[in-house]
Amino acid sequence: MMKPGTIILYTAARYIVPLQLLFSIFLLLRGHDEPGGGFIAGLVASGAMALYLFTFGATVTRDLLRVDPRNLIGAGLFFGMISIFPALLNGEPFFTAQWWPIPLPGGGELKLSTPLIFDIGVYLTVFGSVMLMLIALTETEER
Amino acid sequence: MQLAVLVIFLAAILTPWIYGQSKTRAAQVLAIVPALLTLWFASHIPAIADGNILIHEYHWIPGLDISFTMVLDGLSLLFALLICGIGTFIVLYAGAYLKGHENLGRFLVILMSFMGSMLGLVLSDNLITLFVFWELTSITSYLLIGFNHQSAEARKAALQGLIVTVGGGLALLAGLVLLASASGSYSLQEIFNSNTMLTEHPLYVGMLICLLLGAFTKSAQFPFHFWLPNAMAAPTPVSAYLHSATMVKAGIYLLARLQPELGGTELWMLVLTSFGAFTMFTGAFMAIRSTDLKKLLAYSTVMALGTLTLLLGIGTELAMIAFAAYLLAHSLYKGALFMLAGIVDHEAGSRNVNELGGLRKLLPVTAICTAIAALSLAGIPPLFGFVAKELLLESLIEGPTGYIVFALVMASAVLVVAVAAIVAIRPFYGAFQAPKDAGEIHEPPKGMLAGPIVLAGLSLIAGLLPFWVGDFITFPASEAVHGGRLDGYLALWHGLNLPLLLSVISIGLGILVYRSWDGIRERLQVLNPIIVRGPESGYFRFMDGIVWLAEWQTRHLQNGSIRNYLRTIILVFVAITGYTLLVRYQIHWNWDINPAFHELVAVSILVTGAAAACLTHSRLGAVAAMGVVGFSIAFIFILFSAPDLSITQILVETLTVILLVLVLFRLPSFSNISTTSERIRDAIVALLTGLLMTLLVMITIDIQLFAPISDYMIENSAPLAYGRNIVNVILVDFRALDTLGEIFVLALAAMGVYAMIKFNPSTAPGSNHFAGTLILPPKEVPEEDIVHSLEEIHQKMLEQQKILEAEPADQEVPEEHVEAEQEKRKGNDTPDSKEDR
Repeated sequence: MMKPGTIILYTAARYIVPLQLLFSIFLLLRGHDEPGGGFIAGLVASGAMALYLFTFGATVTRDLLRVDPRNLIGAGLFFGMISIFPALLNGEPFFTAQWWPIPLPGGGELKLSTPLIFDIGVYLTVFGSVMLMLIALTETEER
Repeated sequence: MQLAVLVIFLAAILTPWIYGQSKTRAAQVLAIVPALLTLWFASHIPAIADGNILIHEYHWIPGLDISFTMVLDGLSLLFALLICGIGTFIVLYAGAYLKGHENLGRFLVILMSFMGSMLGLVLSDNLITLFVFWELTSITSYLLIGFNHQSAEARKAALQGLIVTVGGGLALLAGLVLLASASGSYSLQEIFNSNTMLTEHPLYVGMLICLLLGAFTKSAQFPFHFWLPNAMAAPTPVSAYLHSATMVKAGIYLLARLQPELGGTELWMLVLTSFGAFTMFTGAFMAIRSTDLKKLLAYSTVMALGTLTLLLGIGTELAMIAFAAYLLAHSLYKGALFMLAGIVDHEAGSRNVNELGGLRKLLPVTAICTAIAALSLAGIPPLFGFVAKELLLESLIEGPTGYIVFALVMASAVLVVAVAAIVAIRPFYGAFQAPKDAGEIHEPPKGMLAGPIVLAGLSLIAGLLPFWVGDFITFPASEAVHGGRLDGYLALWHGLNLPLLLSVISIGLGILVYRSWDGIRERLQVLNPIIVRGPESGYFRFMDGIVWLAEWQTRHLQNGSIRNYLRTIILVFVAITGYTLLVRYQIHWNWDINPAFHELVAVSILVTGAAAACLTHSRLGAVAAMGVVGFSIAFIFILFSAPDLSITQILVETLTVILLVLVLFRLPSFSNISTTSERIRDAIVALLTGLLMTLLVMITIDIQLFAPISDYMIENSAPLAYGRNIVNVILVDFRALDTLGEIFVLALAAMGVYAMIKFNPSTAPGSNHFAGTLILPPKEVPEEDIVHSLEEIHQKMLEQQKILEAEPADQEVPEEHVEAEQEKRKGNDTPDSKEDR
């Protein structure tokens, strides 16, 4: 069923996919203050990879991902879990958010924190889950 | 004290490494841990004997009132000493007993974990922590009993023990929660110190029943006693440990612990004395029927547990003194006797007393130790067992018990003397008799003898110095059980009185029973049919019932039809929610709304989409219609200024469409597989759901049940969580635990989908009909009932429908036509894609 893309899709995908991936990271990082966050960013990233998948097929997409989607899920859950523990070191109950803001040159501030680590975990899990299903389905279609 | 428990678990974790270093010395190294702990606990004896209580606080989950606080008082100390002290010798014994066994390492790991759980159980102050350790002992003892997992008998016994004790544990949890809600605290110390009269609380009876169920199953009281003798399938060190000082005493510990708060009522007394006395007699009676050394000892353990329950039930000051003394005496002699029985089995090759005889000359040390321990079991001076037995009889005479209880106790006392005589005399005296040759039988290694010698020696020393043992060890325990100071002392010689007379009578009669034991045993076989129908058959019937229920519910509820699942879920939801709605609130209509024009447009698009999805005859159409619904909802989110929600909705909708497009061609062609009546039924279900949801929305518009939580979130999002996006703050901070659970669910769902997509024919439905036949024998499934693929199901449905609707040709032709066309399209596609690549 997987019909290779037309020339338009082909060209567009090459430009849109990296931009959309970048946008997903932007959404992930701004999520705490503006609309966005790990879940949405994960879905946007999956959308980007889905476009790539439809254009170039499963094998190429796997190559681009470099990581097996199953490992992405594992990494996501791992990040989610380790964000629990820093609070324990400070003698606070599990999951209490810890903040380590790092001032950036130019007046900005990088809000490094356990919620951010947790959000990255959510991002990777969502991304991995969707990609796992999409790639598996596409591969069976191609066979 | 937390450290004491942790050290044992740490030792359990390190065991594989130690075992890897030296297979022969691992047990000796590990025995150092409980030995040091014994010394550490022993160093607290003087302080505890003065009436102090040692409390080490540690908060675990303060929000839920769960702490890891540990308390050392007289009762805990007695148990801790027994657990660590006997544990030391058990570890040594196990090292020698299982020497060269390939799984010795695993055995030691489980044994150490069990020891740690048991120690945690007797030290915990918090009810929930206590329960956690309680369950841990059940699980580790399951692994210990089933250690010889190749033997079906061991597996069965382990499962039986687990089901009985964990089933009781469930009741216990309910009881503990009731106890906490009645007293207002989960901390035992706080419960003791508060002024609430729990015995007059309305929940008292229910609480007591639940707690007693937990304690009785664990401590093998009648009618749950059957699991304990079966657990003898375990290796001997396990039996010696579980059934002398630990596992089965956990229930007794719990009862003793709660005695000051819950005891003293008529109900408590009646239940405990009657069950205790009956258990006592059952144990003694079953013991006299057995010829297996370990069975004899196991049933006498049941008897001892009955005695302890009985004493707790009597509840007088004297009974409390007797309780602690009996507990100590029993642990000492029973631990020794089990280990000695293991030595006999190990050396002579049999545990059946009828196959053994004259081992005295070959195993002199074993014979002497057995004699000492058995004298303590029979309650003959100057052993500590005698002191305990005197106290038992005395408290019975003084206490408020009936004649039946007294008769049962006397009968058991007579029988137990006979049991002691059988154990001590039969294998060791008379003509030589053993499965092995006399040349092969010799004294076991020191590691195996150390335990019995020390424990039997302690029985003797304690018997000779009862006042000393009483002052330092059993009296503090008795006081903890009683909940106040006690007057009295332990003594070997109480003067010429009624208990002494009764003791003499029981010993005399016991020896008579021993003399004619073979004849009695044969005559008792008349009762076999009754015993076969005892409580254990109830257990088997219960297990059969569970299997039957599982079969029934799998057939009717889990039959694999997704529509069926959906209908069940929805109907249950509608019924329960609808019932609550109608009973608690009136139905409420509020048409006082004036929607703007664009809102009306959005809603009508939504409704049209939903209707189209129901009515369309094409899959693609249905997908598109559902997309319309989803995007309309996203639009409505935007209208009510929830950008995060609408972004998520749009993204999810898009990905859903992508996923559906991918699976669309894998689905069987669109066809009507339900009859008209089925469709009407489904429509009614759908309409009911819609109606319910409408009513719910109507009510939520006007009725505010609780103050909305969103205010708190809005106020605190920036100051507490440094974020302005409240949705995200809730997801990753305020409610992060929920999100963590959700991403785990998501990951699992993805794995499930992956497994279903990637399944290969050998694991396809139909090819593995015998999965889950661990409990049941494989079932013969007729060939026609086995379904091999989705296509086949579809085909079958079509065939059935043809019969139902009675219009043969018309239906079939278009179907085939469509399928053929699809095939053709696929055929066209494949070469193309190949070319392009």
